[in-house]
Amino acid sequence: MSDNHLTLKLKIWRQENRNAKGYFEEFNQKVSPESSILEMLDEVNNLLEAQGKTPIAFESDCREGICGTCGLVVGGRPHGPLSKTATCQLHMRNFKDHETLYIEPFRAAAFPIIKDLIVDRSGLDKIQQAGGYTSFNTGSAPDANAVLISKEKADLALDAAECIGCGACVAACKNSSAVLFVGAKVSQFALLPQGQPERYERVEAMVKAMDDNFFGSCTNTYACEAECPQGISVSNIARLNSDYLKANLVSSVTHQDVK
Amino acid sequence: MMKLNPNVPEGSIAEKWSNHKFSMKLVNPANKRKFDIIVVGTGLAGASACATLGELGYKVKAFTYHDSPRRAHSIAAQGGINAAKNYQNDADSVYRLFYDTVKGGDFRSREANVYRLAEVSNNIIDQCVAQGVPFAREYGGTLANRSFGGAQVSRTFYARGETGQQLLLGAYGSLNRQIHLGNVEMYNRREMLDLVLVDGVAKGIVVRNLLTGELERHSAQAVVLATGGYVNVFFLSTNAMNSNATASWRAHKRGAAFANPCYTQIHPTCLPVHGEAQSKLVLMSESLRNDGRIWVSKKVDDKRTANQIPEEERDYYLERRYPAFGNLVPRDVASRNAKYVCDEGRGVKGGRAVYLDFSDAFNRIGKDGVKDRYGNLFDMYQNITGEDPYEVPMMIYPAPHYSMGGLWVDYNLMSNIPGLFVLGEANFSDHGANRLGASALMQGLADGYFVIPYTIGNYLATAKPEKVDPDSTEFKATEKNVQEDIKKLLSVNGKQTVDEIHKKLGMILIDKVGMSREEKGLSQAIKDIKELREEFWTDVKVVGKGEELNQTLERASRVADFLELGELMAKDALNRNESCGGHFREEYQTPEGEALRRDDEYAYVAAWEYIKPGEWNLEKENLEFTNVKLATRSYK
Ligand SMILES: Cc1cc2nc3c(=O)[nH]c(=O)nc-3n(C[C@H](O)[C@H](O)[C@H](O)COP(=O)(O)OP(=O)(O)OC[C@H]3O[C@@H](n4cnc5c(N)ncnc54)[C@H](O)[C@@H]3O)c2cc1C
Ligand code: SF4
Ligand code: FES
Repeated sequence: MSDNHLTLKLKIWRQENRNAKGYFEEFNQKVSPESSILEMLDEVNNLLEAQGKTPIAFESDCREGICGTCGLVVGGRPHGPLSKTATCQLHMRNFKDHETLYIEPFRAAAFPIIKDLIVDRSGLDKIQQAGGYTSFNTGSAPDANAVLISKEKADLALDAAECIGCGACVAACKNSSAVLFVGAKVSQFALLPQGQPERYERVEAMVKAMDDNFFGSCTNTYACEAECPQGISVSNIARLNSDYLKANLVSSVTHQDVK
Repeated sequence: MMKLNPNVPEGSIAEKWSNHKFSMKLVNPANKRKFDIIVVGTGLAGASACATLGELGYKVKAFTYHDSPRRAHSIAAQGGINAAKNYQNDADSVYRLFYDTVKGGDFRSREANVYRLAEVSNNIIDQCVAQGVPFAREYGGTLANRSFGGAQVSRTFYARGETGQQLLLGAYGSLNRQIHLGNVEMYNRREMLDLVLVDGVAKGIVVRNLLTGELERHSAQAVVLATGGYVNVFFLSTNAMNSNATASWRAHKRGAAFANPCYTQIHPTCLPVHGEAQSKLVLMSESLRNDGRIWVSKKVDDKRTANQIPEEERDYYLERRYPAFGNLVPRDVASRNAKYVCDEGRGVKGGRAVYLDFSDAFNRIGKDGVKDRYGNLFDMYQNITGEDPYEVPMMIYPAPHYSMGGLWVDYNLMSNIPGLFVLGEANFSDHGANRLGASALMQGLADGYFVIPYTIGNYLATAKPEKVDPDSTEFKATEKNVQEDIKKLLSVNGKQTVDEIHKKLGMILIDKVGMSREEKGLSQAIKDIKELREEFWTDVKVVGKGEELNQTLERASRVADFLELGELMAKDALNRNESCGGHFREEYQTPEGEALRRDDEYAYVAAWEYIKPGEWNLEKENLEFTNVKLATRSYK
């Protein structure tokens, strides 16, 4: 609740649509250190609207770091300079007076720009649709305590399941790979008894969907883990790789059986 | 005049749902494919409904304004979900959960609906575990529970502070499976702007494609709204930025009754407002009240810092007024008392915040002990406020959080418009005048997984609704209306931004239709809101065009609806000459200052029928309490 303000030079990416040429627009903005970066953008937009100008298009919803809607490249880093922090949780007190701040959209071949700071991340949904679930119908579940799961396994599964689907890992990766995102889902199920029946089909289907939707391959640089707001561990990628190898073995064996 | 029939089945409370399931008509499996169902919303209620209806073989079209179904506001729920499993052997039961919910709702909900909710609660947990939801577990491998929101039993299931996320991702997975199988067609980035009726029956919707601005007409044999709550009417709330009332409100204007709009929940433990630029309020889990003590200075306008105020000059006002429950009084009581002390000028530095102090807990269980229990909340607090709560007490203030009111539905979750069903927070049905913690997630999933799949089948098998061509005159006329509304918004070309007007509305509502209400203030609020609506339609500035991605237009169209809904909230609060749950009327309190219910006159659901802007007709659904005896809540 302080009265002191920061003055920042903002360079914000503007781009009319997918095919238009983009550019940085410059703003000098006074902002309270208590505001979040998105609240600062709200203020910039209110000023633009009051002048009859087109506001900057950007997305957000929960503003609590859990829905995965927000996601900007701030100062060259997806979700900005703080680790384990989503864009919406980035407060202006983390910046210095008169600092110049570049604000850009997530950039990746798999995330075409829609307008200004909004990108199309529907590829991530397509990967989940290919197999990010257990196949059973409502009503057929046994009692919840019928299968015991060790606390350790449940905690590890939750560590992986905490992924918010923001796509920062993809934007951070020089190959635009989504393996951290896929690894997180695959691991959640690989760790739980409920995920076992479809364990290998799932990993194959999700990896295939990743390839089909213009995500690149992983070369183990681990830039993804550093930018992930949820701190999803690269050990999930290792689990993905190992399951994928096994899946190939399993499916080549079954194919031989069929022949 | 509309007709309201709650359609509660015969039989004892415990038999109603079973009897009803048996007597309902079934759709032949081979015929299910011939029925198209529209589901608007993919939060817990919508996603679970889509998945289950898809599994049953219906052809489902699902809509959300988000870029992905996984973004729905449900994702943000923290604390947990209730179920009557009695895994802790602490004498919980379906009956007790039913009883607690009716009583917690201050006797303003429909008993039969609440009983069914408690009855299916256990299936929800089974379902979610089978989906791979990683709930918290004990070392022995069984599911863990905690007690939540002052409940006397441990019936809350949770996944750290991210229960909503994990439940929604489970439902999203099941929805994805149905999308993959071709049973659900998913329409992202579409906002429903109107409901299409043909001969008074719901037959489809008009949506705006948020990327292109194009309007689309979608037809179906039944329409399900699972579009969430409306407390963003206050501008500042704990709801996600985009949560809004438009889908419900447009349906209301087409004839769906809006029930109990004045029942809103203001949550006591949220972060205080930091300044003008504030865009939303952040909830801090209620569990903090288990170990934190709430206090303010005894002096008015005390500018000292917390640590400078000596113990004897602190007023632990909840402990003082409610010795039995202390800091654990229900949400409405805690919130109202925070308002009172701040009104007296005794809030933090004379402002609108109170202290939540853990010093005693530090002494009792050590800082490490506190960290163990609340570490992530303390970190979150520090991240947002920049202050270290291990050194200075936290500051909190109540914030609008949940809407108990919503579209009126019968026992089958069908509104008074045939073919229009309403699920989750968007309906009014289960929480009466106050919702208990961890019960909204339960209700959303109960509605979607276990109620609608049965009741919609009964409707389709009984009414045998025909398909209507989306090119028919009714569809085209509705689309034209929507088109004209958009044109109107874009043509005002005034001076104020949408946010400026929305903030003004929020100020009126929080001040006069918030934690405490009285006749004069409510009449004034109605007048002020009418004037503000005028102001909006003559002075708002909506930049850009309709045929493009235009977020200002999206907000403007939602605020236009809030400006009508806000008036109805005040009107409903003015009509209800009693205090109950989240609705506290200053004129109706006991000598001790507690809520005074007036069961003889107000044990009814107030269902409002829309006539024209600013004019409604009130219908009453009388509530009977044959299982849980009417009693006064007491927390002294
Ligand atoms: C911070 C916070 C914490 C909470 N914690 C808990 C808790 O611990 N336990 C608990 O039980 N409850 C909790 N709640 C309450 C609970 O989260 C909500 O009541 C519940 O999730 C609502 O679910 P829903 O499916 O009804 O709606 P929502 O999740 O709000 O979903 C609404 C859906 O409708 C769509 N939609 C809306 N309008 C339109 C339109 N016009 N066109 C197209 N799509 C539309 C949206 O895109 C979205 O998909 C919490 C709430 C908040 C704010
Ligand atoms: S793995 Fe991390 S960075 Fe990638 S989508 Fe999930 S939360 Fe975002
Ligand atoms: S807005 Fe939801 S994660 Fe940032």
